[in-house]
Amino acid sequence: MPARAQFAEIWVYLSTSPLLGLTVTLLAYQGAFWLSRRANFHPLANPVLIAVAALVLLLQLTGTPYATYFDGAQFVHFLLGPATVALAIPLYAQLARLRAMAMPLLAALAIGSLTAMLSAVFIGKLFGASEASLLSLAPKSVTTPIAMGIAERIGGLPSLTAVLVIATGILGAVSAKYVYQLLGITDHAVRGFAIGVASHGIGTARAFQVSEQAGAFSGLAMGLNALMTALLVPLFLPFLIRWIQ
Amino acid sequence: MLGALTLLLVFQLIGEVLAQLFALPIPGPVIGMALLFAALALRGGPSAELRDTAQNLLQHLSLLFVPAGVGVMLHFRRVGDEWLALSASLVGSTVLTIAVTALVLRALSRRAGRQGE
Repeated sequence: MPARAQFAEIWVYLSTSPLLGLTVTLLAYQGAFWLSRRANFHPLANPVLIAVAALVLLLQLTGTPYATYFDGAQFVHFLLGPATVALAIPLYAQLARLRAMAMPLLAALAIGSLTAMLSAVFIGKLFGASEASLLSLAPKSVTTPIAMGIAERIGGLPSLTAVLVIATGILGAVSAKYVYQLLGITDHAVRGFAIGVASHGIGTARAFQVSEQAGAFSGLAMGLNALMTALLVPLFLPFLIRWIQ
Repeated sequence: MLGALTLLLVFQLIGEVLAQLFALPIPGPVIGMALLFAALALRGGPSAELRDTAQNLLQHLSLLFVPAGVGVMLHFRRVGDEWLALSASLVGSTVLTIAVTALVLRALSRRAGRQGE
């Protein structure tokens, strides 16, 4: 290719290959994880937050477009699918507790899911967010792919929703411990379930750092809330739109 | 490791196919998770290999959200213009959702526990 021959520098070659995006993602995450461990897994030292900040800075400094970066990073992104399926395994280990708590879990799920959706739109509206932002906020508590699908269907911006979903996940992972301390919530099943409803996979990753049981219930809540939000948003959409306009 | 990873992908694939086929509003991986859970319940638990692979994959679940998170750079302008409304909404709604869900679940499971005793 003559265009490439003109720019013989290694950087140009590397910056167009998926290798770089993938490698910097893994390096940034491992650096972030190291920092998080040095901080004794303090919730504020969230590895997703640190890694994202480092990568955004790197891409800005090198003038690399997000699409080029994502060509490499998509291999990591892809693993979200099998990882979601794998949540069935820790969940199975909680089968007995799950059976005993089935009805309370479903009721808490429905109320929590509705709270997430309505409060996000209500507070956003109160502070004057634009209509596109409000519609992108509605599905922000569910896992990325389904949130993007919902946003697209109701007229939000899917790529903005993805960012809001990640931010929600980080916020939940950072704040849950303090909310639980304030309210005196000690049961790891309850702790895990609530963080999973509010902040999906990133909350679940945080819950697994706390205990296997918290992680399992968080994974369950994440899966159930994906289902619940997908059902609730179309149901409440006419109401939401009247509210927004 | 390889067998377990293949199994996870097969369940994801079945989930994706079902979601497309019946135009379900649920993502394929979530259906795959439900199906694998049902299969484990029927079979009486995962193999040691599957348990180890799942543990390895889930240990660094956070990593998998990093690429989508970096997408924030596509929305710097909007986030900059609406930062107050967006952060108020995200912080308020997330904290409220955690608190409400936890309180409801605690209240209901206490009641269920008392009835069962």
